[in-house]
Amino acid sequence: MIRFLAVRALTLLAGLFLASLIIFISLRLLPGDVAQVIGGTSASPTQVEAIRERLGLNVPLPLQYLDWLGGVFTGQLGSSVVSGTSIAAEIAEKAQVTVPLTFYSLTIALIVALPLGVFAAYRRQALPSRVLSVLGVVAAAVPAVWAGLLGIVLFSTWLGWLPSQGFPRDGWADPLAAIRSLTLPALTIGLIEGAVLFRFVKSATLSAIGAEHVRTAMSRGYTRLGALVRHGLPGVGLSVISMLGLQIAGLLVGAVVIEQLFSLPGLGRMLVFDVGQRDLIKVQSTLFVLTAVILALGALVDVVHRLIDPRLRVEEQ
Amino acid sequence: MSARRGGTLHHLVRSPRGAFALAVLGLLALTALVSLFWLPGNPNQSNISEAWQSPSPTHWLGTDSSGRDIASRLMAGARVTVLVVLGAAIVSGVIGLALAVVSALGPRRLREPLIILIDVLIAFPTLLLAIMLAAVFGSGLPVVVASVGIGFGVQIARVVRAELRQINAEDFILAAKAAGLSRWAILRMHLLPNTAPVFTVQLSLAMGLAILAEAGLSYLGFGAPPSVPSWGLMLEESQAFISIHPLVVLWPGITITLTVLAFYLLGDALREAMDPRLRFGGRRDGGERNDLGDRSEA
Repeated sequence: MIRFLAVRALTLLAGLFLASLIIFISLRLLPGDVAQVIGGTSASPTQVEAIRERLGLNVPLPLQYLDWLGGVFTGQLGSSVVSGTSIAAEIAEKAQVTVPLTFYSLTIALIVALPLGVFAAYRRQALPSRVLSVLGVVAAAVPAVWAGLLGIVLFSTWLGWLPSQGFPRDGWADPLAAIRSLTLPALTIGLIEGAVLFRFVKSATLSAIGAEHVRTAMSRGYTRLGALVRHGLPGVGLSVISMLGLQIAGLLVGAVVIEQLFSLPGLGRMLVFDVGQRDLIKVQSTLFVLTAVILALGALVDVVHRLIDPRLRVEEQ
Repeated sequence: MSARRGGTLHHLVRSPRGAFALAVLGLLALTALVSLFWLPGNPNQSNISEAWQSPSPTHWLGTDSSGRDIASRLMAGARVTVLVVLGAAIVSGVIGLALAVVSALGPRRLREPLIILIDVLIAFPTLLLAIMLAAVFGSGLPVVVASVGIGFGVQIARVVRAELRQINAEDFILAAKAAGLSRWAILRMHLLPNTAPVFTVQLSLAMGLAILAEAGLSYLGFGAPPSVPSWGLMLEESQAFISIHPLVVLWPGITITLTVLAFYLLGDALREAMDPRLRFGGRRDGGERNDLGDRSEA
């Protein structure tokens, strides 16, 4: 186990290093003159020089890289070129929308996908299962923006149950209002990602039903349902857990588009805005924070999977 | 070889999913082609006095907020879709195959770093990649094609790599080596043809996802420029008027969903048509279990 943890930690570090390198090279080297890009075509040479001075762009690139990396690990991300606000503070503030939105949609995806996926596999030939399976494929083909727009028309314009746009100005001061404004966005992402998860749960359950140990349990007197619940589903649960890292990454990214659609002041919307403002330094740090979170979640899921899956423990010995 | 390929096509057309997919995608290609020469109206000409018209013989699907013909815009949008899909397929296919071959069969010293690179790039979401490229190079369709191509290229690399490793361990490869075939000849004659089913299925999935990515990116303003009619842009344009004219949002959405669905089903049908084991008996089970097979080797 210790060996496994060490190896996983090392690959995570290698991954973080590689990701930081890719992001740094793309955003500092590829644009040519970063100061010119930030200043825009109308900036005078003195203005460009001032930007270069302020951002430390005159320092050799490897030093710039180390400086940035050091800042990332100490939480000193500097300040935005455009607005002058602290980047770290703003990321922390916007995360208060994006993180709850991600977990809200994850909850919806799990609530939809787990029971329906198991049902669709268990009663495979029944009409509702067939309908569900078709719906699952179709839902995975729906563009998230369109799903959100349809949701707005249905729940906001016609039924008037939920707000169509925005987030309370005072944030989570009124938790109910905040949750209400996150509900439609979370439903949009949750149902689409839930469709992907549904198909996964269904095929995992199907293989569990056909697995030899489940058949053996039936031959020893378990009912089909009993054998599946007692001996089949634990394995399905473990496969789902191993998928969660990818799922959360998908939800987090889905949030970028959906935040724009619903005007939610989250990380995704901030990122899109900053790209429009050509605030490359801030984009660089935000992108790395998001990627680091996704890589770290992947590692965490691997470790948890290892801890609770007895099969992996046996393999190790 | 040609006989087998004919067999694949034959099976593809005979399965309902395959026939549906081929019909929709054929229609897409035809529409894109026809739109180069003829459109029912001008997709870019605004005419405020004709805004929000209902469907009629002159405007098949009505007009949008600036009086532009929706049917013409949808048809012209098919060009963008075909372009993005083909571009993404070529880029992701080349990247995926190259990475897969080198990381599975290449020099030992290259393999491990490449596998870590693939893992990192897979964790790096396509959308973030697109945003990064847009920040550096500015928005546009090339950014969409490049990011989708790289993003799905590494997915394809992982799946094809696993397949290559598995086939490479089989006895007939050993026999080919014993018979004195060069490594290149084995790759060309035995390894690549045997990964073709997995590769084509992944590629058709990537093509479907490319359309969704184009829609999302164009919506965010990183994709097609406003002067080019694209399905993603049409979604974006419909949002401002959604409470007054909710129905206009239907057309681009339905079109995108149908096209993406066609690519998904094409992948499903191809998997069955190209795998002889799935063709005869145990059809559905095998087909569905393959969903898991994709992730079996990390």
